[in-house]
Parts: sequence; C-alpha cells; structure tokens
Amino acid sequence: MISTFVFAAAENAEEEELNPLIPHVAEIIIGFVFFAILLLLIWKVVVPLFEKAYAERTAAIEGGIEEAQAAQKEAKAALEQYTAQLAGARHEAAAIREEAKEQGAQIIAELRAQAQAEAERITTTAHAQVEAERAQVLAQLKGEVGSMATALAGRIVGEVLDDSAAQKRTVERFIAELEESAN
Amino acid sequence: MTLASIAFGAVTGPPSPGPSDFDLPGIAGSAVTKPMVLVALSVVLIVALFYSMARPAAVVPGRLQFAGELVYGFVRNGIARENIGSHDFQKFVPFLFSLFLFVLVNNFYGLIPVIQFPTMSHIGYPLSIAVLAWLVYNGAGIAKKGFFGYLKHETVPPGMDKWILPLLVPLEFLSNIILRPITLTLRLFATMFAGHLLVILFSLGGEYLLLHSDPVLNKVAGGFSVVLAIAISFLEILVMFLQAYVFTLLTSMYISEAIADEH
Repeated sequence: MISTFVFAAAENAEEEELNPLIPHVAEIIIGFVFFAILLLLIWKVVVPLFEKAYAERTAAIEGGIEEAQAAQKEAKAALEQYTAQLAGARHEAAAIREEAKEQGAQIIAELRAQAQAEAERITTTAHAQVEAERAQVLAQLKGEVGSMATALAGRIVGEVLDDSAAQKRTVERFIAELEESAN
Repeated sequence: MTLASIAFGAVTGPPSPGPSDFDLPGIAGSAVTKPMVLVALSVVLIVALFYSMARPAAVVPGRLQFAGELVYGFVRNGIARENIGSHDFQKFVPFLFSLFLFVLVNNFYGLIPVIQFPTMSHIGYPLSIAVLAWLVYNGAGIAKKGFFGYLKHETVPPGMDKWILPLLVPLEFLSNIILRPITLTLRLFATMFAGHLLVILFSLGGEYLLLHSDPVLNKVAGGFSVVLAIAISFLEILVMFLQAYVFTLLTSMYISEAIADEH
C-alpha cells in the first residue's frame, strides 16, 4: 500500500516535468517546417493539377453546350432549307400542272382545228369529185342525148306526125326503150 | 507505468496511463522522436498520394482521381468557398487543403497499427499550424484593410453605442486576435491527447485485467475493457476526422471574417 503511494508520488513528480501543455520548441519548429514543405508542394503541384482538371471539365461542358447549340441551329437551318425547297417544289409542280393544262388545251384546240381542216379538205375533195363526176356524166349524157335526139328525130321523121297523141306515144316508147337499154 | 514497461513484461502493478506515455524517447538515442518522423512521413504520404491522384488531371476522372477530387472538392467547395465566398476563396484553397490533410493524416496515425500515435497529441504540432493559421487570417485582413483598418474591423463592432466600446474593444481583441490560435491549438491537442489516453487506458487496463490479475470478475471486466477500447477506437475515427474538419472550418471562417466587407 505504502509502496503504491510512493510509486504514485514518484509518477506525479515525473508528470510535473512532463506537463503536456508545455510545447517543445523543437516540435513547433518541425511542425512549422514540415507543414511549410507540405503547403508548398500542395500549392505548387497538387492544387494546380486539380484546378486544371476542373477548368478543363468546365470548358468541356461549356464546349458541349455550345456544340449542341450549334447543332441545333444547323438542324433548324436545314429544316428551313428543306421547307423552302418543298414549297419551291410545290410551286413548281403547280406551275408545271398549269402549263400542262394550257398545253393540253392548246393541243386539243390545234387537233380540233386540224381535224376541222381535214374534214373541210375531205368535204372539198368530195365536192370536187362529185362535181367532176357530174360534169363527166353530164358530158357523156350530152353526147348520148345528142345521139338519142338524133335517133328520136329520125323515128319521128320516119312516122307521120299527124296527131299529138301519136307523137306522145312515140316519145313514151322511146323512153321505155331507153329504160330497157339502160337496163 | 509506460507502454514499454508493459511490453517488456515488467508488470509491477495496475497500469496508470498518463502524460508519460506520450513522452517517447528519441529513436536510437538521438533527439529525433517518433512524432517527428511521423510528421515528416505525413508530408511524404500526402504529397505522394494526392500527386498520384491529381496527376492524370483528366476531364473524365479515373477512380483514383475521383477519390482525390472528392477530398479536394470537400475542402475547396464545402469549406473554402462556402465560408470565404466565391470571390476570393481560391487563393486560400492550397492552405486550407494542406491544413485539412496535415491534421487528418496526423490524427489518423493514432489508430494505424504499428504507428499508433496521433502526432497532434504533442502540443507543439497543433500550435505550429495554429500560429500559421493566425498569421494567414490576420495577414489576409491586414493586406485587405491596412493594419489599423483591420484592427478596427476586428475589434469595433458596428452599430454600437460609444459608451460600451471601451468594454467591447478589449473583449473583441482578446477573442478575435489573442485567443483564436490558443483555442485552435488546445481543441485539437486536447481531443487527440484525451482520445489516445482513453484508448491506452482501456487497452492496457484490459490487458492487465485479462492477463495479469487472477480474480474471475477481473477477467470479465478485462473483456469489457477490451471491447470498450475497440468501441472508443471507432469513436476516435470520427473524432479524428471531425477535428481536422473543425480546424480547417474555423480557419476558413476566421479568414472569411478578416476579409469581410462588413460584420
């Protein structure tokens, strides 16, 4: 018991010397120096690397946003272009249709005129032909009428033409002969 | 009773962990002690780790870079930008980032097997970085407002009646200029010291009760003590991170206040 007390007292005496609140000068200096070294290395080497990564990341994100915006703008421009082209194409198609309609109408008119002309030509030719045939027939008839008239006159002269009834009979007979010969 | 005496089997009584457990002898008889080596090692570790994490500096980060950016972003955006404001936080980021990592790694030493010593439980180390933090926030304030302009900014609260100023100015000066580095130091030192002491107490106590004392009840208490030592170690992980966070956060708040346009 006593020895324990003595022991504790000795420890207490030791602790008086070992006051943990009294700093060792060497430790302050060493802490200072090593922290300064650490600070220098962190400051000049490590932090710039982290900051570089941060800056590059920010730049990449901003670049990405810009790129996306540019792409969007491009897409919009393309869309506008296509829309314009489409409108142009529609317009053109309408114009073409209009033109085709006009052309069709023109062609029909032309064809009609042509057909009419053809018809007229055919009619004219037919008329001419008919006329020619008529003339020919007339000429032929004239000749035949002459010779018939002569033959008729001969007969008339050959018979006595005392009464008109006989004359009339003669003529009728002549015509019947004519019809027979024609047949 | 020190760690060494237990380890060498010179068991003369129950362990009584105390400040002597933090008084490590110089390595191989030199003046170089374990915490000194650990501080140097922390610088190497932090720089090597974060340099390898940051080096790709890729737009699309890999797994390592992502992890590094998580920590860097936590200090840069979560602490520095949040408190100092987006206008001039950038120039304080290297300091705050170094501060956070330095405290964090030196705290975590306390629970890493073999190392098992939180450097910040030696008051000299937190003191040195607290003094640096004091220089930085006062320097930033003086650079922005001039020496007297800064003193007035920190000690004369606006909108106060004249008669109360003689009372307020010394108080503000004390709290804003004198006490801040001391509280920064003590907070970090004390939590690390106390936390480590608790871990020592419960692990050494557990060991003594389990191995060097006879009554069965002592064995049960020893088992309980070991379980508590593990539980406290987990709590310590949280405390170690929190202390690093709080130290950095307070420093950034001091900086923010020093360079703020108005209170």
